[in-house]
Amino acid sequence: MMTHRDALEVLVAVRTEQVVITTMGSVAIWPQLSDSPLDFHYLPSSMGQGVPLGLGLCFSQPGRGVIVLTGDGGLLMNLGCLVTAAQFTVPLYTVLIDNGLYEVTGGQAVANATRTDFAAIARGAGIPRVYECDSRAAWEAVAVEALTGSGPVFVSLKVQGELGKPTPSAPRPMAEQITRLREALG
Amino acid sequence: MLVPNDIVSAFEAAGFTHLVWIPDSHLGTWESALRGSRLAPLRVCREGEAMALAAGLMLGGAKPLVVIQCTGFFEAGDAVRNVAHDMKLPLKLIIGVRSERASHAGKSGDNCPKFAEKLVQAWELPHVRFDPTEADVAQLVTALNTLTGHGAASAILWAE
Repeated sequence: MMTHRDALEVLVAVRTEQVVITTMGSVAIWPQLSDSPLDFHYLPSSMGQGVPLGLGLCFSQPGRGVIVLTGDGGLLMNLGCLVTAAQFTVPLYTVLIDNGLYEVTGGQAVANATRTDFAAIARGAGIPRVYECDSRAAWEAVAVEALTGSGPVFVSLKVQGELGKPTPSAPRPMAEQITRLREALG
Repeated sequence: MLVPNDIVSAFEAAGFTHLVWIPDSHLGTWESALRGSRLAPLRVCREGEAMALAAGLMLGGAKPLVVIQCTGFFEAGDAVRNVAHDMKLPLKLIIGVRSERASHAGKSGDNCPKFAEKLVQAWELPHVRFDPTEADVAQLVTALNTLTGHGAASAILWAE
């Protein structure tokens, strides 16, 4: 099984001019791999709201792809967002980091940890393209295809749960992030 | 009394680019008028989602209006807090207050009117009250000007 970092290393290698929205545990890793003005670390956040945030960006920046990194704990708080996204033909790429844990709060298990089939939920919601990967090699094999072309797309990545992770903090204050992102979007 | 076409036309004239909503039995009567407008509604499943979707729209330069019932506003508290106070984005809300008119007439024990005002105050949202049965288009325009005139997040409490 891949690590969270493995998953993001594959992503950074194939990401183009898309906006990347990170949440929770990904906020701690992504800045070590990328410092693009099109990176938006959604912290402080409202848990579970990364996907609709990305969907709104898709509407206001037509043609600009948006990749949202969400955890299983966050997605479980807002599963309806998949149904909402499925209504629209927009380049929204939701990448689920499924580690079965609330990693940043000490590693407590999420509800029904490891048994929930998020890919099936995404398909059932009507997301037209869904990918499932449980190894780095499998993710590398589909990443370019998954993160280009029409959307919405849902990618479910099974990653190792890791304990003892520090609570993440964004590399810049929210106001600075917003200014930076808007300047990059033009 | 305002009709749905008046209301939607006023929203368009106020400069909103998108309308994010979950209808209730009152707000839902606007659906036909919205369908024929450039403010075709973006339908979400839960009100917290509406706040985050609006935030994404605002990050990208759009001017969304969120239209929901107060019960959903109650549910969406953390998302409101995040968009209005963490992100400091000028979230614009129309919050339908269930049973407001019946309560004023002493014909309803619904506690929605009581808590709608308190919750809007708790989230420090400047707000105005508006009753579409007692107002004309000019008064709606005034209320919308007040809403959009605030540089920060703000709301209209819309009597149902």
